[in-house]
Parts: sequence; structure tokens; C-alpha cells
Amino acid sequence: MRRRGWFSDRPRVLPSPLIENFLTMPASPAKPGGPLLTADGMPLKTSLERSLKLSKIRALGLIFPPLLFLVILFVIPIGSLLTRSVDDGLSNKVLPKTLAAFERWDKTSEPDESMFEAVYLDMQAADTLDLSKLGTRMNYEKSGWRSLVKITMRGLNRIDGPPYKPAMLQLNKRWGDIEFWQSLGAMKDPVTLGYYLKAVDLKYDGNKNIMRVKKHNRIYQMLWWRTFLVSIIVTVGCLILAYPVAHLLANLPLRLSNLLMICVLMPFWTSLLVRIVSWMVMLQQNGVVNDSLVSLGMLHDENRLSMMYNFTGTVIVMTQILLPFMILPIYSVMKTIPPSYMKAAQNLGATPALAFIKVYMPQTIPGVGAGCILVFIVAIGYYITPELVGGKDGRLIGNLIAHHMQNSLNWGLASAMGAILLIAILTLYWVYDKLVGVDNMKMG
Amino acid sequence: MNGNDSLVRFVNIQKSYDGETLVIKNLNLNVETNEFLTILGPSGSGKTTCLLMLAGFEPATHGEIYLKNQPINRVPPHKRGIGMVFQNYALFPHMTVAENLAFPLDVRGMSKSEKTQRVKRALDMVQLGGYGNRQPAQLSGGQQQRVAVARSLIFDPDLVLMDEPLGALDKNLREQMQYEIKSIHQNLGITVVYVTHDQSIALTLSDRIAVFDDGIIQQCAAPDVLYEQPDNAFVANFIGENNQLFGTVVEDIGDTVKVDVNDGHIVEAKKVKVEGIGSRSTLSLRPERVIVDPEPHSLPNVFLAKTKQLIYLGDHIRTRFSICGTDDFIVKIPNSAVHAAISEGDEVNIGWKAEDCRALDVWPCPTSHL
Repeated sequence: MRRRGWFSDRPRVLPSPLIENFLTMPASPAKPGGPLLTADGMPLKTSLERSLKLSKIRALGLIFPPLLFLVILFVIPIGSLLTRSVDDGLSNKVLPKTLAAFERWDKTSEPDESMFEAVYLDMQAADTLDLSKLGTRMNYEKSGWRSLVKITMRGLNRIDGPPYKPAMLQLNKRWGDIEFWQSLGAMKDPVTLGYYLKAVDLKYDGNKNIMRVKKHNRIYQMLWWRTFLVSIIVTVGCLILAYPVAHLLANLPLRLSNLLMICVLMPFWTSLLVRIVSWMVMLQQNGVVNDSLVSLGMLHDENRLSMMYNFTGTVIVMTQILLPFMILPIYSVMKTIPPSYMKAAQNLGATPALAFIKVYMPQTIPGVGAGCILVFIVAIGYYITPELVGGKDGRLIGNLIAHHMQNSLNWGLASAMGAILLIAILTLYWVYDKLVGVDNMKMG
Repeated sequence: MNGNDSLVRFVNIQKSYDGETLVIKNLNLNVETNEFLTILGPSGSGKTTCLLMLAGFEPATHGEIYLKNQPINRVPPHKRGIGMVFQNYALFPHMTVAENLAFPLDVRGMSKSEKTQRVKRALDMVQLGGYGNRQPAQLSGGQQQRVAVARSLIFDPDLVLMDEPLGALDKNLREQMQYEIKSIHQNLGITVVYVTHDQSIALTLSDRIAVFDDGIIQQCAAPDVLYEQPDNAFVANFIGENNQLFGTVVEDIGDTVKVDVNDGHIVEAKKVKVEGIGSRSTLSLRPERVIVDPEPHSLPNVFLAKTKQLIYLGDHIRTRFSICGTDDFIVKIPNSAVHAAISEGDEVNIGWKAEDCRALDVWPCPTSHL
């Protein structure tokens, strides 16, 4: 502070010894070793904090609305998603006596009267809505529970007093099936990993041991692999297509590169649905591509390629849709690489190709990394394209999540799958950070 | 100077980027072995284009460039074996200093041991012995500059091109680096073509300077010749400080001419580039060649001048006079024991010799002094 004061006073002529003193003096006249003080004796740190306080408050005021927005629309939903994916409190709330009786049971012998009594009392006391929700929940563990609960609910008032066992068996003989009773074991804890297990084709047995689900029920593992495969193919495809385009964009004369940029951005301005539908026109059995190939004689009329409602269609359309996400970060990095590097490399004796590989490409890594991460993350959770052009073997995990949210209403499972996606993406991000470094990433 | 012995020959080079204007109009220039040649000119004069053509990054529109008597117009840049130092250094940011230096050796497939040895020698040459493992971004501007110079020399090129390599450095560092470049040039005996718009660098470093303007070489000569005997008004104006008087030639007396400066004063000047009696001429006179208060009748040109401004600059006093119709006549009065004591508003006689005042052509932009 004092030095600055001196500089601003500069036109005043100072005797030279004084100038020397100022130049050799520490920044403030504090005792050696003590805290630095300002001219009027206030500690420098306090003074600095005070002078920055107003700008800090102003900055906080500016970020407050987006922060609030973020908390309400992102942090809270994600939190509730994570909670929902492990929440299993309903069974404890509705069937406390039953689960207590289940604990006492040896899990193998035929259930005795006390267990039937517990079920009866619990269901008698339960709220009808809770009970039907629970029926749906129990059905995940063993199919048949939902109808069993419904039938029992309706017949409950026909049972008049103990013994309950024969009465309930009379209502529905499934109450005598020991497997139904055993399946209660997977529901006894208020917190469960059951949804996560289900999301990867595993489940709990009655003793909470993890086991694989029956072979013909396994669908999720295959879907996860397919989702990863599609994401990787789409990412690689985008990279291969985007790199030359980005290079052109960065190196063409301004007028042409602006035109090209409009072409790159045009898809962004077009509705996603319109783009997908136009791909359908292109790719279907009697679509433009097949017709052209047949009319050129490159394809026989009976052997028209099926590029729609399958894996191929999903990959082609997703690659086209996600291409700008790859082009833009790579372009923004390439734009900053001065042409003198390539010149220098050639001047030093490298052929143009070698100069490109050894000098140019390594410098585009931050853009390539950012583009790949961006495309992969969007691809892995993609939903609309596979839904429309995916058909049976082009469906991805996103479609299953949507299915469980909208149709089967198994929100716990949908949440668990969402959480797995989130974890996968965070892991990917962490690996990227370790390998390339996130500081290196340039999004645009 | 036998053209065939020259390392580089530009023969009738013309260059156009758009097919409508010529950036280089007709370039004929020889660069001798071991020479330090500077191409000096204002920005946009085509000097960097010359360098790019020589390095192979721009094709010549017309004419041929010879390197060691071989035409190189069709030789791609990487086969020319010419080193180049770029303005922004162009050190590869993803490689360490040592890797940068090894790059030209790598692409030539040099053995590992020789590579290590050469890199070490190059680093020592530019006094950066311990810096091999640093990233270029961790070096200061001057250090990066040195690495760039070392990299351009490490593969023993016949010729090194430098494109304003000191432009980005601050003044002190620039001066220090220019001496280092000069000593490297002298120690290694390399040939350097250096491009700059900074005349003080050009004067310090060069064996010869080619002053470039408007797509042609205005004059190519040693620094002292360029300063003392400029061929035309542009060179006189571009190199060093210069007083200009404009007038019409009235009399031609062999070596000298008499020129009527606008208000009727007759100035006698050395005839350098005038077209004859009646033509317009620029008279060029260095400020340090003007004598204040001369002995009467000792000089052919003596005029009464009014002192407009005095600026104290330590070793000399820069004085602005009003004389012969111009208000902007600068004289450097040395701050010696016996200099003339004048103050603003004084009227004094000033004069100069006929041979110090050069009668030149009319240059289209006669107002600027710097």
C-alpha cells in the first residue's frame, strides 16, 4: 500500500537516500517476524478482507439465483432419487407384526398359526392405499403377491376370529406356499440394495443371500452391456467424423468456416423428432438408402438392408445427433493452436503427416477428451432415439428406466438404475481426470 | 560478388496472394555464406513473405529461389534443411525442452546416444544446461527464445531464418538476446536471414541490411552505408532520425545541386537521386550533422533559425528549430563542455556541409520523421 502511495506521489522530488530507503524497505513498517501492518497499523489481512468483502457479497448475490435453482431442481431431485433407490420402509410400516413373526420363524417349516395371526392383524390395521402399494412392492420379490394381497384384502372381513390359518388358506391356497413366506426375508430391512441387485439381474433369497435371477428373467446385464457398447461405438464414430470437420472449421477462411459452422449447428436448431423421423425416411426398408442401392443395382430387391428398429439404426441416428457435441469442443481447441506449430515441425524436418501426428494431434487431446466425455455421457443415458428407431435389439437402459417410471411404476428400480448411470459417469470422469486431467478439458 | 557462390539467390521473385496485387514486386537478393543479413521494413512490406518463401511455406508466384545453386521452388519445407525461429517461438507445448530439441533429430532417425549428446551440447550453448526436463511453459520468455534458437540450430542447417524472434521480449531482454544471437552467429559461423521492423536490432546484428518497402528492396548495404549514404528518401527516413526539407532543383554543379527550399532559401546538397533542374527533391540531413553557430563563411549552408523547443536528454540536447519553412527541424546538440548555450525563442545561425545533406527523390509520405 505504501509503495503504491509513493509511486502515485512520484512527481514530487524526493532526496535520493529516502528513495533508496523506500526501495529496500519491506512492504510495511512492521517489526520483523510480526504480522504485516498497513499504514495506519491495521493487520494487512484484516484490511484486505475488509476491502474484498463488498465484492464478495456482490458475487454471492449474483450466484444466488442459479444456486437456488440448482439446489431445487438438481440437488434435491438427485438426493430423492438416491433415497428412493434404497428405501424399503413401507413393509415395516404396514406389516410390523408379520415381519416380527417372520424373524421367529425357522424359514423352512410350514408357517404356524401365529404367523397367520400376525398377517391378519397387520392387514386389518393397514391403510388400504398403503396395502395396495405394498402389494406391488411385494410382487417384485415374488410374482403373485399383488393378487394375493388384493384377494386377502377383499376377503378380510369374512374372517371372523381365530384360528386364522384355515380361513386364510381358504381365501387363497397360495398362503400355504412356503416360497411366498420366504420372500418376505428380502423386505424386512427398511433400507435395501434390492433395487440395485435387480438392476443387474441379481436378487436376495429369503436369507438375504445374493443370487442370480432365473436365466429367462435376465435382461438388465445384457442391456447394460449393450448401452456401453452403443455409447462407445457412437463416441468413436463421432470422433472419427468430427475430427476432420473440426480441423476444417478451424482452418478455413472465415467466410467459409462460418458457413460450415452454420451447417454444423443446423441440427441443433432442428427438432430432435424431425431429425429422427427424417432418418426413418432414409433408413427404412423402402427408404432412400435402400431404394438408391437397389436402383443402382448394388443390392438385390429381396435383400434390402434392415437399418431401422435395430442396433444399427440406433447407432447411426445417435451418431448423427451427438456429432455437434464432439465437433464443438475439438474445434474450440484447434482454433487456439497457432499454425506456426505445424510450420515449425515441417521446418525441423517432419513430413506433413508426421508433423500432424506428433505435433498437432497431441495438442488437440483436451478437446478430444472433452468431446468424448460429453458424447459418451449423453449417449449412455439416451432415451428418445432408441425409443423411436431402436426396435427390440436397439433399446438401451434409458428406455428401461422410462418404462419403470411410466408403465410398471417401479420407481425404486428406476431410481437404482439412474443411480448406477450416475455412478458410472462419475467413475468415468474420475478415470479421465487421472489419465488426462480435468483441468485440460476444454468444453468450448 | 559472384552470384553463383551465394548460399541463397532470389532471382526475379514475384509474389501475389490474391492475383490482383503484388506483395513482392521484383526481388533479386543474394545471401552469402556466413552472412548475417537482415530484411528490414515496415509491417506489410512483404518481408515475412520473403522468409516464408525461402522456408517453403509460400510458393513464389514467379521467379526462382536457389539454395546452394539448387532451385528449391518445388522442394517441400521439410526437405530444405533450413532452420527457422518463429516469432512466437513455436515450442511444442506438449513436449519437454529436451524433447523439443530432439524433435528434428528424431525425424532424421538419429541414434539415441548422438541425440542425447547433441541435445546436451545445444542446451549448454544457450546456457540452459539444467532445463532439459522442463515444459516450455515453465520457462521465461527469454529462455523460451533461447530454446527456439537452439532447436533451429541443432540439426546443423545451412541457413537459419529468424522471423522477429525478439518481438515479444521486453527492452532489456531484447538487448541482451540480440548480443547472444550475434555471438552465436559469430561462434558457429552460420548464415542467418533475420526479419525485423526494429532498426536498432538490424543495425546491431547485421552484416548487411536489405531495406524493404512496397514489395521491393529500397537499398541493401552494410549498416553504416545505409545510415550515412541512404539511396532514397524512404531509406533516409526509415533508418535513424532525419531532417527533411523539400524543394525544387535550380542548379546542377557536378557533385552537388542547389535546391530552392520552398520559401526562397537556396540549399546546396550532394546530388544522390534527383532527376535534373526543375524537379522536386527531398533533402535529407542527420540531426547530429548540423552545426550550431558555425564560424562565418566556413559552411555553404548557413541559415538563421528560431529555437522552438529544447529537450534535455542527458548526453545531448534535442533542439527543435524553425527554419526554411519547416517547424520541425531537429538538431542534436552534444552535452559537451563547450556546447552552445541557447534557450527557447533565441535566434541562432545553424549550418551544415553540402556533403552531409543528400538530395533525394520525393517520397510519397514526407511528414513522418520516425
